[in-house]
Amino acid sequence: MALITVSSPHTTRKGNHTGAFMRQVLYATLPGIAVLTWLFGYGTLINLSFAVIVALLTEALVLKIRGRDIRFYLSDYSAVITAVLLAIAIPPTSPWWLTLVGVTFAIVIAKQLYGGLGMNPFNPAMVGYVLLLISFPAEMTRWVAPNEAHSFSTSLQLFFGHIGDVDALTGATPLDTWRTWAGNAEQLASHPILHGNVAGMGWEWVNLAFLLGGLYLIARGIITWHIPAGVLAGVLAMALPFWLIDDIRYGDPLFHLFSGATMLGAFFIATDPVSAATSRNGRLIFGFLIGVLVWVIRTFGGYPDAMAFAVLLLNLSAPTIDYYTQPRTYGHKAAKRGARK
Amino acid sequence: MNSPLTIKSPLAKSAKSAKNSRPIFDFHGGIHPPENKVQSNSTPIQTLALPPLLILPLNMHIGAPAKPIVNIGDRVLKGQKLADANGVVSVPVHAPTSGTITAIGPRAVQHPSGLDAPCIVLQPDGEDRWTERHPIHNWRECSPSTLITRIREAGVAGMGGAGFPSAVKVNLKQGTQIQQLVLNAVECEPYITADDLLMRERADDIVRGIHILQHLIKPHETLIGIEDNKPLAIAAMRAAIENAEKNNGGSIEVVVVPTKYPSGGEKQLIQLLTGKEVPSSGIPAQVGVVCQNIGTALAMYRAIAFGEPLISRITTITGDAVKQPGNVEVLIGTPVSHLLNHAGVSDDKLGRLIMGGPMMGFTLHALDIPVVKTSNCVIAASKEELPEPATEQPCIRCGSCAEVCPADLLPQQLYWYSKTSDLERAQQYNLMDCIECGACAYVCPSNIPLVQYYRFAKGEVRHQVAEQNKADKARERFEARQARIDKELAEKEARRQARLEASRQKALGQVDAKADASNNIDIKAIKAASLAASSAYKAAVKALKTAQAEEADASEVAALSAQVDQLKAAADQAKAAVRDAASAPTSSSGGASDTAAATQSDIHMKALKSAALEASSAYKTAVKAMKTAEENGDGNVAELRAHADTLKSTADAAKAAVRDANTGTAMPAPTSTIDPVETLKKAVLDASSAYKAAVKSVKEAELSDADNLAELRSEADVLKRKADQLKVDLRDAKAAAPNVVKESTTTEAATATQEHAPNTADPIAERAAKMKALKTAYNSANKIWKEANAALERGIREGAENIDERRAKVDLLKARAEGTRAELNELVDQAKAGIRASGSDLKSLKLEAARAESALGSKIKELEEAKKSADEERINVLYQERDMLKREAELAANALKSAVDEQGLSDV
Ligand code: SF4
Ligand code: SF4
Repeated sequence: MALITVSSPHTTRKGNHTGAFMRQVLYATLPGIAVLTWLFGYGTLINLSFAVIVALLTEALVLKIRGRDIRFYLSDYSAVITAVLLAIAIPPTSPWWLTLVGVTFAIVIAKQLYGGLGMNPFNPAMVGYVLLLISFPAEMTRWVAPNEAHSFSTSLQLFFGHIGDVDALTGATPLDTWRTWAGNAEQLASHPILHGNVAGMGWEWVNLAFLLGGLYLIARGIITWHIPAGVLAGVLAMALPFWLIDDIRYGDPLFHLFSGATMLGAFFIATDPVSAATSRNGRLIFGFLIGVLVWVIRTFGGYPDAMAFAVLLLNLSAPTIDYYTQPRTYGHKAAKRGARK
Repeated sequence: MNSPLTIKSPLAKSAKSAKNSRPIFDFHGGIHPPENKVQSNSTPIQTLALPPLLILPLNMHIGAPAKPIVNIGDRVLKGQKLADANGVVSVPVHAPTSGTITAIGPRAVQHPSGLDAPCIVLQPDGEDRWTERHPIHNWRECSPSTLITRIREAGVAGMGGAGFPSAVKVNLKQGTQIQQLVLNAVECEPYITADDLLMRERADDIVRGIHILQHLIKPHETLIGIEDNKPLAIAAMRAAIENAEKNNGGSIEVVVVPTKYPSGGEKQLIQLLTGKEVPSSGIPAQVGVVCQNIGTALAMYRAIAFGEPLISRITTITGDAVKQPGNVEVLIGTPVSHLLNHAGVSDDKLGRLIMGGPMMGFTLHALDIPVVKTSNCVIAASKEELPEPATEQPCIRCGSCAEVCPADLLPQQLYWYSKTSDLERAQQYNLMDCIECGACAYVCPSNIPLVQYYRFAKGEVRHQVAEQNKADKARERFEARQARIDKELAEKEARRQARLEASRQKALGQVDAKADASNNIDIKAIKAASLAASSAYKAAVKALKTAQAEEADASEVAALSAQVDQLKAAADQAKAAVRDAASAPTSSSGGASDTAAATQSDIHMKALKSAALEASSAYKTAVKAMKTAEENGDGNVAELRAHADTLKSTADAAKAAVRDANTGTAMPAPTSTIDPVETLKKAVLDASSAYKAAVKSVKEAELSDADNLAELRSEADVLKRKADQLKVDLRDAKAAAPNVVKESTTTEAATATQEHAPNTADPIAERAAKMKALKTAYNSANKIWKEANAALERGIREGAENIDERRAKVDLLKARAEGTRAELNELVDQAKAGIRASGSDLKSLKLEAARAESALGSKIKELEEAKKSADEERINVLYQERDMLKREAELAANALKSAVDEQGLSDV
């Protein structure tokens, strides 16, 4: 009789599987994806499906080259998540090659070359996004005006690169509009896109949907509240005082919270565990600084939205934040702070 | 984290009995694994048929394994002691039933390594006949020490988990005030119900055991922590307490804690009940808490009120692979297979066999592994119940582990650094504070066997620390040896000088032969005594330092330092005696009367006697220290023994000196002329026998692979050198005794001495000597400071109390070391300036050294030639001259060396 001899503990929580965690994250993106499709047409869905296929194929390829068990590593769903997040973040009008380049770069360079899941210092989806934003700024800012959702055929045409009359098909986002007209009260008042029910028109719904998904993740214990709360608090902490000082130049807090990628970033991107800070206080700080940076770049930087840059910058600082935010261990008088060796 | 928390479990609401009157202080993290307790807690405790064989491991506790005191074939009675405790942190092993010892040797035991361990195998005879028992009925009138001895003798060790000897836990340091006595009845691990059933069925006896504990440690309050999933046990305990309190006043309080793993961990329970945290790597008593398992309390009661040693316990047998799970009272040593058969195991279902709980227990690799004092549960799990662990996935740094860690660690970081063997970082993340509860591994979505990594890394860290300690000790020994050799050389030099002086004076005919001879004995004897006294003093200082470094009891340290002071006084006295004796010849050379000389030798006699007394008392203390160390199982026994031996030989030498001096003074003057030779002969004999003893102990040490081998060896070397020196002395004395030195040679010698005198008095040489002394002083001061600093740091880490005081001491030591250093630097500067001012440069120094070297060479040649032809006197004189020149050459070489060192930015 062969008895199993292993180290304790001898039991683990039912359903302990990284893949299960990741699947929950995917489920939580569904409301957001639905709203994006409703507002902007099928472009998002088409790109998303393509991105997932590309991600799985490249990941499998690299795993094969690295001599790893392909099925085992694909089952952690991390590649799928990267693909989905990237596909959500890029405009629905994106042609296939944009998605292809972004996803391949994210999977191969930003993740696998660093050693695969768990080893990547940067959020792969955001690395892919920033690459695209810098290399193809025109394509990456070609959003659709809300409520003018493209038909399936238009979306497909766009996907295959038949741009046609671009201007007729696209419109500026609320953040773009604000950036252009900040400080000009008349112009700001005359753009309907800035005047939705909560914040910028259309995008308020996108953000609400991602907020909903994020709350689901917190409720399921997939993520903790620290990073999202930090991000939102960071945005708020910057937006509110400036808005109180000059509401013509600076957008109001609600506008910032419910525009662009705020909620997506707070709940789905900044919370990528691999590249975020891990201690509780560390996560709060990590999130808060992302929020601050988002506002700063949106207001003073050269890009209308800033989530990707903010997240990557803080990814860079995560190990340091972790180092200085160790909790106080039981039986110790004070928490250890990094400086000592 | 320490905020009071009201219990919101449904049980607390429904069962009125589960209400607390005190707040509960929640701890961070924790998990709620499926409890799986109902399988085994619905039937009463059963008894088990006698097993065919009992296997009793010698190490069922934390600490040193017990020493067997029976032989194969011995017939033993139930409760008879089979193996004795080996040191303080150890407990004896008793026969669980009557029978025959059939084997003493390695058997498979419960150990993660799967290695065999020494066991005593007992074949029961079925009679179950008790040995004589000695109950203590009036334990309330007994002193704690009596009861503690009984508890220790009964082999009681913590029955909850680790098996720490209970007597050690309740044997508090003098002056420790215990606020809370905490009884651990939490039983938070899934599956286990042994304590639950024990409380339900034997609550009264448990309460009596608690009364004994209260009597022993006198706590302000006594708290029993029970998880709220054991309402029956809570009720039973409350009833028993109420019942007992009718008779006597001792107050015990049952505190219900919410079900959460690992609230039964000692540290966690203490936090739950008292809000206090046990300092890292400290013990609960430091925060005024003593924690005991209730099963242990019961065992203590049985040990005292019935005189029964710990030979059985309640063990839960459960799991899907047994048909009748439940709790059984099993004899310690019962093979698990016997237990499994009793519970109806189905072999084809059995997949994993665990001793202990599913969270912290160990898997068993064989069925004949015995139940030990700590075995609270045996889980015979099917493969479905506890399947093979899932494949490890990469850590995604999700932080789930940190959320549940009760020690508030960052397990993912610990994992990372353990995996990459970055032990330094892992320790920085407080690896050593991990209690191996397994909560982190339980929740890890990537199924990483985290605890396995931590155990590995902790083992590595312990290994490293042990290695480091070894290296430090070796270094210390080396330094001590160096210092000793330096001292020996200096002494040799001084003796040679004295000898030369004496012979010169004799040769000049200024000394009365008789007086000189009788004084000579005294000087020799007194010197020996003085040496003995000072070496005794040094040994005592060392012992004191060791004691301080090991943070021995304050009283012990105080005693040692008193002893050190005493010995120092004795050594000083002896030195003074030597000085007096040395000056005596000069005074008598003026033609002083014999009476004066007699009085002088009388005084010396007294000094000698007291020195001898001191030496022998030092020897006795050393023997005592050695014995204590042996009892404590200290590692430095061999070292202490060597010390004792040395001290013994010095004491003997001192005694012999006293005897010799006695005879010397009693004998008529003419006879006493021979005496110095006799005394020396004796001394030579003594020394060589001491050397031989040392060699022997080195051999012994070699055989036993002791770690102080190097030290013993150097000790032997020193002794050998001493013996050699004495031999030389003897030869000199023999030569001097005839006392017919030719005028001419004497003058030669005198001239030589005078010629070289300026050299000796050379201020530069003096400074060099001083610099050397300062260097040594600085080295030792620096070392002491470093040691003290290390001790201080250790103290800080362990949260010792008098940190400030110690810090001040360390600062003082540091200042002292720095002061010496400054002085040294000043001297170096002076020397540099001196060299520059005097214009003496390297070249002239080199020339000087070469000259001295060649003078020595020619003298040696002359001596060789003289040996062939010349008479004894001439040879002797030549010997002396050669020695002088040798010294001169040495001095020159030293001066040269120090000058070289200086120019090349010396190592000072
Ligand atoms: S729970 Fe597992 S996967 Fe998550 S951070 Fe901890 S070790 Fe990594
Ligand atoms: S095993 Fe160690 S690191 Fe893991 S939860 Fe327990 S105490 Fe924390």
